[in-house]
Amino acid sequence: MSEFLAPTAGGLLLGLAATWLLLSLGRIAGISGIAWGALMGPDRDWRWLFLVGLLAGGAVTHLLLGLPQPLESKAPLWLMVVSGLLVGYGTRLGGGCTSGHGVCGIGRLSARSFLATGVFMAAGMATVFVVRHVAGGLS
Amino acid sequence: MKNIAALLSGLVFGLGLTLSGMSDTTKVLGFLDIAGAWIPDLAFVMGGALLITIISTPLILKRSAPLIAAQFSLPTKQALDRQLITGALIFGIGWGLSGYCPGPGLVSLLYGYESTLVFCLAMLLGMRLEHRFSAGR
Repeated sequence: MSEFLAPTAGGLLLGLAATWLLLSLGRIAGISGIAWGALMGPDRDWRWLFLVGLLAGGAVTHLLLGLPQPLESKAPLWLMVVSGLLVGYGTRLGGGCTSGHGVCGIGRLSARSFLATGVFMAAGMATVFVVRHVAGGLS
Repeated sequence: MKNIAALLSGLVFGLGLTLSGMSDTTKVLGFLDIAGAWIPDLAFVMGGALLITIISTPLILKRSAPLIAAQFSLPTKQALDRQLITGALIFGIGWGLSGYCPGPGLVSLLYGYESTLVFCLAMLLGMRLEHRFSAGR
């Protein structure tokens, strides 16, 4: 049971962060949208500060709480390029990612977010299945 | 005031992402690998987050306005259209290739890994390309 403590606590914190952003600024805590808005505007300032906070929060976990940082992915760099391009393109086209659709959108019972979350989870699982069990792994 | 509120939300969000294991690509890929040695951890992340947002969101939206902004800025689209499905499909494939989605990718910049930086730059380029292609729609 204790191995599920950190994931559950982390999840509760994500929910609290999203709740606070909605209550204070009336905004959805969707990271792909915030990152895009930070670059393209309008209203960039709060988005940049959210992103600064995001990295600071990570620093708290690893530096103050002392949790070891994860190891670097063994995937080759070309795969990171392909992955990043697809994640960036797909999240803009689909209007959100794991946080915006998966946490905030389902939280407000949006049909679009239920559908998007089902599709990207299934696509992610299918991709890992093909890479690991059909192609025999890429990394 | 708006900026401090956003900073605080980002801080808690970053704390949650890293504490939960979402910034560990091995765990994320293990969660997505339902045919392998499945690692169920991340189901608890989403479960924990939804436990809060499903209760809090309708309560907050009963208010006429947020605390420090004039109005709520929520997505207005309702249609279950092709863009939504295609976009989610493309995103999911990309997620399954590296184990990074946008939040974990960005927070992992903290670790100083080359592969994370490459992912994040490619992600921004992907967003830019979508913006370019969708300009005509």
